[in-house]
Amino acid sequence: MRSRGFIKFFSVIIVAAIVAYIAFFGIKAGNYSISPVQDHMRLGLDLRGGVYVLEEAQGNVTQDAINKAIAVIRNRVDALGVTQPVISQQGSNRIRVELPGMNDPDRAIEIIGKTAQLKFVGPDGQVILTGANVKDSKAVYAQTQTGIQQPEVTLVLDAEGTKKFAEATQKFLNQPIAIVLDDKVISAPTVQSVITNGNAVITGLKDFQEASELATLIRAGSLPVTLKPIAYSSVGATLGPSALNASLKAGIYGTLLVMLFMIAFYRLPGFVADLALLIYILINFIVYALFNITLDLPGIAGFLLSIGMAVDTNILIFERFKEELWAGKSIRPALDAGFAKAFRAVFDANITTIIGAIILFYLGSGNVKGFALTLLIGVTSSLFTAITVTRFLLHALLDMDLTKNIKLYGA
Amino acid sequence: MNQHRFHIDVIGKTKIWFAISGIMILIGVIAMLVNGFNWGIDFTGGTIMEFKIGKSFDTKDIIKILNEYKVKDYQIQKIGTKGDHVSIKTSPISNETRLSIIKDIEKKYNLTENDLIMSQQVGPSLGAEIKFGMILALLVASAVMLTYLGFRFNFEMSLAAVVGLLHNVIILISIYAIFKITVDSPFIAALLTVFSYSLHDTIVIFDRIRDNLKSMRRSDYAEIANVSINQTLTRSINVVLTVLIMLVLMYFLGPKALKDFALPLLIGITWGAYSSIFISTPLWVLIKNREKRRKISNKPIKA
Repeated sequence: MRSRGFIKFFSVIIVAAIVAYIAFFGIKAGNYSISPVQDHMRLGLDLRGGVYVLEEAQGNVTQDAINKAIAVIRNRVDALGVTQPVISQQGSNRIRVELPGMNDPDRAIEIIGKTAQLKFVGPDGQVILTGANVKDSKAVYAQTQTGIQQPEVTLVLDAEGTKKFAEATQKFLNQPIAIVLDDKVISAPTVQSVITNGNAVITGLKDFQEASELATLIRAGSLPVTLKPIAYSSVGATLGPSALNASLKAGIYGTLLVMLFMIAFYRLPGFVADLALLIYILINFIVYALFNITLDLPGIAGFLLSIGMAVDTNILIFERFKEELWAGKSIRPALDAGFAKAFRAVFDANITTIIGAIILFYLGSGNVKGFALTLLIGVTSSLFTAITVTRFLLHALLDMDLTKNIKLYGA
Repeated sequence: MNQHRFHIDVIGKTKIWFAISGIMILIGVIAMLVNGFNWGIDFTGGTIMEFKIGKSFDTKDIIKILNEYKVKDYQIQKIGTKGDHVSIKTSPISNETRLSIIKDIEKKYNLTENDLIMSQQVGPSLGAEIKFGMILALLVASAVMLTYLGFRFNFEMSLAAVVGLLHNVIILISIYAIFKITVDSPFIAALLTVFSYSLHDTIVIFDRIRDNLKSMRRSDYAEIANVSINQTLTRSINVVLTVLIMLVLMYFLGPKALKDFALPLLIGITWGAYSSIFISTPLWVLIKNREKRRKISNKPIKA
């Protein structure tokens, strides 16, 4: 019994230590490698510094119009060389743009919001057509003479464009014509024949994805969407890291104090709860990495709060356990009764917090979603560590038969 | 055997607890009517800018600059550990005005672009939308919690728990009205969390009351309530204490964004623990005793 308890107890500790090592330092074994969780966790702009802009499309806009606007913004942001930008749709007519590392919101707003300019430029540098001459552009699959399906981009021009394009294709036969969006060449197809009917086709694209991106950009330049910034925020490069440091400090000291409190008050079970708490913190980091969760300051607030709440379950269980000990039960039955009798209150207490966090996540504004999400992940995973892990470790500890002194169990 | 360390007569002093809370709520309601709330730009729309001035400065100079551009509503605050940062909050202003203000402040204090360490703007229509969303979240959460309570407890206990919850919420918002603390999205998120979290202690005490109603058939409601409170007092305090440890450190060591969450949670969770013991439980006794008096019949008292 004693050695079994010993093995059970330390196998959990060793497994947790190995997982923690891999999680924080990564591992490389042959072809397999796991990079550390820090590399998978995205830090929010409030921690990294950068500009966030929320743009709203004006007037009644279709989904296609939003797609076009997003494509245009992406094209421009790529040209800026910003690392890990986020450009995503929010609701039906809004676009959220996050530019880490930038700290001039006005420049960002200007770059994002300006009207798209599409030009067809000849090899001599002269503008042949503008976006206004393009009626439509689509990505399609076409069959070549050899019977292979290949992606193409079709172009339909208006009357004026047709005439200009016919002249240009004649003049620049076998030469490239550059398609330029906002001063960036997005395609430079070579003219293979004179096009007089205003229906051109661009071939030689890598895959359908590329074709569809190109068609979207061309359409965006022909029928630009007007965007208006309705919110922005910008965090300087120094504020973010110092906020992260301060949060880490608060988190580490807070966790240590909570752990000391548990040992001081509950002795051996408190120590086991502390081990479970460390495993809890590890699990949360792994979940953030697995789901690529963006950790911002509200997210950190939710996580730290959940550390304080995670030991609540243990407190409820250990207090019940003490009562059973006082009532004269021996340690093992008292412990089992403690877990069984506290379960109802533990479940109720956590379920209300979980419900609150879910509602907040779905209805709350963007700057509190991170809080709701980490709180939700935290409270849910704490049920596992505070009940299952703690119980397993305490049973193993009892198997080790270290002491019969109930004082060491907090009584 | 009811072995517990405490023998505090909470129910016997019901009037004192109710008086304390009554006075606090009265002051709070007056503050809400007189002061109103200091809504943050999340809700009203507006601009916030934070500059690192790097030396001592007079806020009057900044007010002068704002007046030049006819900015009407503004709040200027010295912040940072050395008080050499300034936070300027204004009602929504145009991009041009904002750029001019930034330029003037940079010129006045010889600042570079990097000294504008934070700026944020929310359009007024978006602000109204965020306010609506957060209030909706609060209402939906209240409805769900109340339904849950209704299933979980009998009518008397649910009523007592709901009054406790309302009490916490009113005191929390009162403190924000009294001290004119900015009410922003994090505040509402914290309020919602307080709502669910302050049920913890109430659930623990009421569960114990329910157990004791069975085992202490000869005792009256006041005694059962007192015993239940004393039996669960250690866990009521400890459960809250671990969370408060974390919140205190978040408030004192953490950056502003963490403080915005930690402060309302600190206030709300502390009062939540208080109200479970000193408001909800005495109220339950009050309701039960009134019920008993009404049934003057000779029927045996049932739980």
